[in-house]
Amino acid sequence: MSFDKIPKPDQLIQIQYAPPKTGWMETPVEFRPGTWSYSGTAKSLTALDLPNPRSWQPSDDDWKLPENWQAIILSGMKERLGKYRSFRLFMDVCVRCGACADKCHFYIGSGDPKNMPVLRAELLRSVYRRYFTKSGKLFGRLAGARDLTMDVLKEWFYYFYQCTECRRCSAFCPFGIDQAEITMMGRELLNLVGCNINWVTEPAANCFRTGNHLGIQPGGIKDILDFFADDIEERTGVRVDVPLNKKGADILFVTPSGDYFADPGTYTCMGYMMLFHEIGLNYTFSTYASEGGNFGLFSSHEMIKRLNAKIYAEAKRLGVKWILGGECGHMWRVLNQYMDTMNGPADFLQEPVSPITGTRFENAKSTKMVHIVEFTADLIRNGKLKLDPSRNNTQRVTFHDSCNPARAMGLFEEPRYIINHVCNHFYEMAEDTIREKTLCCGAGAGLGNDENMEMRMRGGMPRAMAVKKVVEKHGVNRLACICAIDRATLSSLMDYWVPGVTVMGVHELLANALVMTGEKERKTDLRGEPLAGY
Amino acid sequence: MPMKNLGLSIIAVLILALLAIGIAMSHGMAYLLTVIIPYVAFAVFLAGFVYRIIKWGSSPVPFRIPTTCGQGKTLPWIKTNPVENPAGFWGVVARMAQEIFLFRSLFRNTHVEIIDGRPVYGSAKWLWFFGLMFHWSLLIIVLRHLRFFIEPISPLIGALSAVDGFFEIGIPALYLSDIALLTGLSFLFLRRVIVPQIRYISLFTDYFSLLLIIGIVSTGLLMRHFFPADLNAVKTLAMDWVTFSPVAPQGISAVFYIHLCFVFTLMAWFPASKLMHAGGIFLSPTRNLASNNRMQRHVNPWNAPVKVHTYEEYENEFRDKMKAAGLPVEKE
Repeated sequence: MSFDKIPKPDQLIQIQYAPPKTGWMETPVEFRPGTWSYSGTAKSLTALDLPNPRSWQPSDDDWKLPENWQAIILSGMKERLGKYRSFRLFMDVCVRCGACADKCHFYIGSGDPKNMPVLRAELLRSVYRRYFTKSGKLFGRLAGARDLTMDVLKEWFYYFYQCTECRRCSAFCPFGIDQAEITMMGRELLNLVGCNINWVTEPAANCFRTGNHLGIQPGGIKDILDFFADDIEERTGVRVDVPLNKKGADILFVTPSGDYFADPGTYTCMGYMMLFHEIGLNYTFSTYASEGGNFGLFSSHEMIKRLNAKIYAEAKRLGVKWILGGECGHMWRVLNQYMDTMNGPADFLQEPVSPITGTRFENAKSTKMVHIVEFTADLIRNGKLKLDPSRNNTQRVTFHDSCNPARAMGLFEEPRYIINHVCNHFYEMAEDTIREKTLCCGAGAGLGNDENMEMRMRGGMPRAMAVKKVVEKHGVNRLACICAIDRATLSSLMDYWVPGVTVMGVHELLANALVMTGEKERKTDLRGEPLAGY
Repeated sequence: MPMKNLGLSIIAVLILALLAIGIAMSHGMAYLLTVIIPYVAFAVFLAGFVYRIIKWGSSPVPFRIPTTCGQGKTLPWIKTNPVENPAGFWGVVARMAQEIFLFRSLFRNTHVEIIDGRPVYGSAKWLWFFGLMFHWSLLIIVLRHLRFFIEPISPLIGALSAVDGFFEIGIPALYLSDIALLTGLSFLFLRRVIVPQIRYISLFTDYFSLLLIIGIVSTGLLMRHFFPADLNAVKTLAMDWVTFSPVAPQGISAVFYIHLCFVFTLMAWFPASKLMHAGGIFLSPTRNLASNNRMQRHVNPWNAPVKVHTYEEYENEFRDKMKAAGLPVEKE
């Protein structure tokens, strides 16, 4: 990860909130390096049967669109206005009070007025008014309407791929207008004419074929998990099983592929495996449903459904009783708010009951899918785990609420309950930056690529600065989270803004503290770093 | 462009006022304004309002997408926030009531400033305070006006007016709601003109709606305190409308005509404008749905099959590799 090409932190923090002299309709977008993502490759688009596969880049003058691209987008818009009440309503009811404006991390970090959620939405609304409302047709500009031109399309691309669908604005909007909905619609429309980004389309194409975003094939997954088992044995002296595609397991475990692909997610994955071994859970990983994340959420509702279908299909094939999901943000938005509607009902599964505590997870009785922090919090509550929080004494921890578990689930207490039981030094960040007001990592929704680095650092700045505050005040050195994208992207963010803070999953923290049956004397944590006193 | 929008809306309101004065001078036009247009404006308002609600309502809600602002219902020993993250019907009712009557989400508002190289989130309740003040006083004033349309005047309306004029400042007594409304409006208007970011996002319609309502309130206050309108004539006119026997009134001041002209414009324009947020707030899917997705399946009426990659296709491609890795397969 290199920050050579982007301004230094002390330059980047010089943010101008004064809007430009020219009105927003008269200010065309400029594709400045470091602030946008590369286009989706023809190969990925073809693999997913997406329209208009070709070679192009957003910085090109000619985007090689079909002749009738306007007609395609307008008919797509019409279709979606009829299918989604959210879309139609959010096009109409905004009063431009501006309460959302400085709630967006991209606006706070860039000062670009089109990153105010209200204006980002107006980019689409202005076209809606022009073609779908009488006042817009009659009065044009006066009614806030404008033609759908190439400049407008480029603006859509730039700003709808500068929104992480984090929903923070929607918590503050008096009408609950959700920019995530508008961005999702904007991206769907862009997809209709083949304008998408590769950091979304390639993982989606991989996931469709191999079962996970990273394109890891069955043998690869087995090797990685075996390798984790070796590492665990080395650290703890305990050999854990690696159940894969196992029929007759009680529980299918699905986690984002980021957890078994790259540090520091790998330690979280090892944490899950240690936990399941210790409680003797009859579970299995799957190579076919080897991805909890769903980059369909960042392209279209249809793609969400296409990728998500694997989870229930695999649960059915393996004959498990219910499904357990790992730590991930947008994955849980999909599992919580879309999966059952799209691919349910899961009437072939049973209402989830913890085989260890007997707790019935009433809140998941329809989807039959339980979040790992709910599952673990219940184990701790029932005294089923032997924990030694002092093993985490070298960690001074703060917790980042990931956007989707926060604002699309309301999962605030369980992770904190676990953290409080597995470490002795936990410090909350400022109230305006956690729970439902949590600030995004700045790189979700497919924006976590290297070419977009400046915008990531800008968008993540508010989160990073909240961390910096607890670093100065409490000497925090660890940022815990329950999201795989966070684990990948907060690491770069910390390196840039708050060097010295490392990122970890809650189950890594748990695994450090977990006293396992038959373990040897633990001298290091999962990362091989010495425990306090060693 | 932003200042142009402000200028144009001032011009539009002035034109309306001049038009009203012109009407006041012409008997035929006065007939039009007091006999025909009231019904037209009311019909447009009512039909337009209903049309817009039906139009929104005719688009389904394919997914249950509440924005959760508190702990959800999970394990029984975890304290939930049943209003900010409602799991059932009554929670949703409470959440919606908070939004509609108290502007709950706006109350969360903060203001960001970069201080010493770091964003600081200050409390910013002014928008909430003046916004709430404006909307509540508007409601009270509309209700007070019912005394023109009901005979005998309902004691409730009488009581409301009595409380509203409690301080008995001046004769006739100054209504608190009038002052509150004008204060609220002035805040909303000045904020729009002065704060650069808000000015930047403001459209013609944003200024126009505020100015129009400011015009209505000002002319109302003028008639009550400076150029007293003939209340008997006004009451007769209003009752004539209600009983569908309107007669063009005599000897009513030009201010009243301006007042009427503004009100009818507002009514007719309402359904086509952003003012429809008054109806839209009830339909917002991020607020009016329970967050119980995992407990109760939400049905999408247009849920259609999509192209998926089946396990069979997957195994067909990777069977050899799976066998080599010692993974079980369905077909040898």
